[in-house]
Amino acid sequence: MTTQFPVTNEGADGTTGPAPVDTSTPLLEIHDLEISFTTGSGEVQAVRGADLTVYPGQSVAIVGESGSGKSTTAAAIIDLLPGTGKITGGSIRFDGRELVGAPRAEKEALRGRAIGLVPQDPMSNLNPVWRIGTQVEEALKANGFKGSKADLRARVAEVLAEAGLPDAARRSRQYPHEFSGGMRQRALIGIGLAARPQLLIADEPTSALDVTVQRQILDHLEGMTRDLGTALLFITHDLGLAAERAEHLLVMFKGKVVESGPAREILADPRHPYTQRLVASAPSLASRRIQTAHVHGEESPELLAHHADEPPAAGPATVVETKNLSKVFQIRGPRPGSSTDFTAVDDVSFTLGRGRTLAIVGESGSGKSTVANMVLGLLEPTSGSVEFDGVDLASLNAKEAFAFRRRVQPVFQNPYGSLDPMFSIFRSIEEPLRLHSVGSAKEREARVRELLDMVSLPQSAMRRFPNELSGGQRQRIAIARALALKPEVIVLDEAVSALDVLVQAQVLDLLGDLQTELGLSYLFITHDLAVVRQIADDVVVMQNGKVVEQATTDEVFDSPREQYTRDLLAAIPGAGLVGDEIAG
Amino acid sequence: MPENRYENPGGSATPRPGQERYVAPVDEGGLGAVDAVRTDDAPTSLWRDAWLQMRSRWLFWVSAVIIVLVVIVAAFPGLFTTLSPRVCNLSQALEPPQPGHPFGFDRQGCDIYTRTIFGARASVVVGVLATTMVVVFGTAVGAIAGYYGKWFDTILSRMTDIFFAIPLVLAAIVIMSVTTNRTSFTVAFVLALFGWPQIARITRGTVLSVKNNEFVTAAKSLGMGRGRILWQHVLPNSAAPIIVYATVALGQFIVAEATLSFLGIGLPPSTVSWGGDISAAQGAIRTAPEILLYPAGGLALTVLGFMMMGDVVRDALDPKARKR
Repeated sequence: MTTQFPVTNEGADGTTGPAPVDTSTPLLEIHDLEISFTTGSGEVQAVRGADLTVYPGQSVAIVGESGSGKSTTAAAIIDLLPGTGKITGGSIRFDGRELVGAPRAEKEALRGRAIGLVPQDPMSNLNPVWRIGTQVEEALKANGFKGSKADLRARVAEVLAEAGLPDAARRSRQYPHEFSGGMRQRALIGIGLAARPQLLIADEPTSALDVTVQRQILDHLEGMTRDLGTALLFITHDLGLAAERAEHLLVMFKGKVVESGPAREILADPRHPYTQRLVASAPSLASRRIQTAHVHGEESPELLAHHADEPPAAGPATVVETKNLSKVFQIRGPRPGSSTDFTAVDDVSFTLGRGRTLAIVGESGSGKSTVANMVLGLLEPTSGSVEFDGVDLASLNAKEAFAFRRRVQPVFQNPYGSLDPMFSIFRSIEEPLRLHSVGSAKEREARVRELLDMVSLPQSAMRRFPNELSGGQRQRIAIARALALKPEVIVLDEAVSALDVLVQAQVLDLLGDLQTELGLSYLFITHDLAVVRQIADDVVVMQNGKVVEQATTDEVFDSPREQYTRDLLAAIPGAGLVGDEIAG
Repeated sequence: MPENRYENPGGSATPRPGQERYVAPVDEGGLGAVDAVRTDDAPTSLWRDAWLQMRSRWLFWVSAVIIVLVVIVAAFPGLFTTLSPRVCNLSQALEPPQPGHPFGFDRQGCDIYTRTIFGARASVVVGVLATTMVVVFGTAVGAIAGYYGKWFDTILSRMTDIFFAIPLVLAAIVIMSVTTNRTSFTVAFVLALFGWPQIARITRGTVLSVKNNEFVTAAKSLGMGRGRILWQHVLPNSAAPIIVYATVALGQFIVAEATLSFLGIGLPPSTVSWGGDISAAQGAIRTAPEILLYPAGGLALTVLGFMMMGDVVRDALDPKARKR
């Protein structure tokens, strides 16, 4: 952004716009902040003694897992604590004024004008029945815009143009559903900065977006705040992202600030055990290959034989092969009764080697999950074939198809949806065995215990129900269940995407161990290239249903051939930090 | 990519006041606790959770006492009175309460207390029968429409809509007025015939949302048949709203039965029922309004009991209340 924007409202200090600000006194000072929520079982402390200082024009990031209190801290600054939350101690000073205990009107006046907010989910934070322009207008009026209607309209177009929306005047007449996720987030950033606040709070502003879009949005946000001299408080679960974008970093864990300081220093030399684990686990920062079966297992057939009933070691080196796989969906057309064809998967061919991991990478809508469903035999290909051990799935009769199920099992993304909440853990893991009439009741119980051991959960977890376990534990149960029938291939559809980074690292390690131990082959579907580097041997990059690039992981990461792959790689947060920062 | 991306925009190599390096003292065991599985107390299934929540509410206990009481009265009226509701003495017509006859006598000289006690059975039997039929049929229709979709859904949903458009009591009046064999069963059947669409709609909606869960896809990829998935995974997870509605519907059917009996086209006069007694008391409403009060009170108390129970059950099974 190089154009100069006229600034219509005056800053709090009486100077105009991004004028030189005194950068030696803190803009925001939080001291010893305590926040608690009242729940059915008493008071729960969400934030315990947090300290935070932000200087004018500076960018500061708060990093933490879900439930660490990072969003709660930010919400407290603009007095938007959800539900029963309230500040029970400490102080928040903004621009020299104490906010804790200040009258409501005073705090309301700060919102928007002095402190802007970019919310997390662009899908639900715009009113779907209002035009985008109307929503920007509302923000401007609420923050004291005075001028004629024409001025207002011109200003709205300006705000959207600043936010990087081309053809802003026309765009402002559109409704949110006509915008893509990235465009909506741009509009929200525009709204957040419309009144030229001194501080902008961005709460996971790009978590719901694809990586390439994420990068554009963040670059733009950074540029805008720098031009306007706005301080940026950035909240994220992604350490790489935070380290890349912020100069000062706070790491929060269970409501406490466990470590804070200059971003680069923390990254290079994490001192608190939690931060150390976080740095070590962050896939984008410490990408190292988790040891897998193709190193140890492939040459040791006894390991494989020990696992599967029929010795698969005797089988060919390729387990799954897809040939010119296509899937066309009929979607409802504009007129009743009419339909148009939508090609979700277009001529996809790949092979998955025995004991190896093949990652299918792509952004949302690239058709990668459709491929997974066809490999699982849940969807029939429109054309082309999926061959398992050289046998076309389409040629199987009902009985053979049932037997085939034992050999390929899925693990899905959502740890809250992949286990039946009515089933105890024991019943969930036992179900596959019972369905395929494996063993007696006693043998099945022994197997369930064995599987729980394999995924490092106590056997006592057996009698629990899914709602009593954490996300990572549920995902390990889902893995145990998938392993129950001793399959040869596991299809992991975004299996670690919904997990916090530490838990994600645990699950990936577990998957690596299991592969070594059992000679499993993984088909790993993900949007996250950083994870791919940790787990995959080979990579298939998909875009709009087509394969754009296909090679070994090292080749793809070291010398990507296609521009799209390069964009994806460049968009990994913290990718540029890998070598020098960690080594230094 | 700008070269200075990772540099301090402020240019200061040393942190500013308030931003010095800070490392918290290592927490007592906070890190290890993340991965713990609770092993101390009993496992909480969703049903157990709901029960724990219900039993902590006084409303649950009040409605439970009412329901249990009404059911016992309906099953064993002999425990509460030694008299017969049909032995009446016209010479005692409209006599006030006296020892052994706490509510007095009606226009036919029957003991009102005894008739009120015996009237419970008709209401409870019709209510339970009609609700059972509605739950079985409505759930089946809704589950098939929602789970199998396509033309099943088209046909069953339209059928549901047609029946939904017919007012329950009006349709029952029309059918009952031409029915010669009027028993508790026929009344319940006619009520169920026009009462099922609501539950079918509720079931269809729930099944539609449950069947998209990943555990259903996981069951499919195990090779489990469609019918078995519906029975083992989808229906149990759709049960909560059905149970809630059934509790409320029971009260509504009891009211509907009383309405029909009041109009003289429900249960025959030979069957003692609250609706019939309210109808009989109508003629004396100016001279002896209290006769009306007792059967009407019994009816109101029973319906109230079921409605309150429905409320408590809904709160306990509400999925939003159970997010952790």
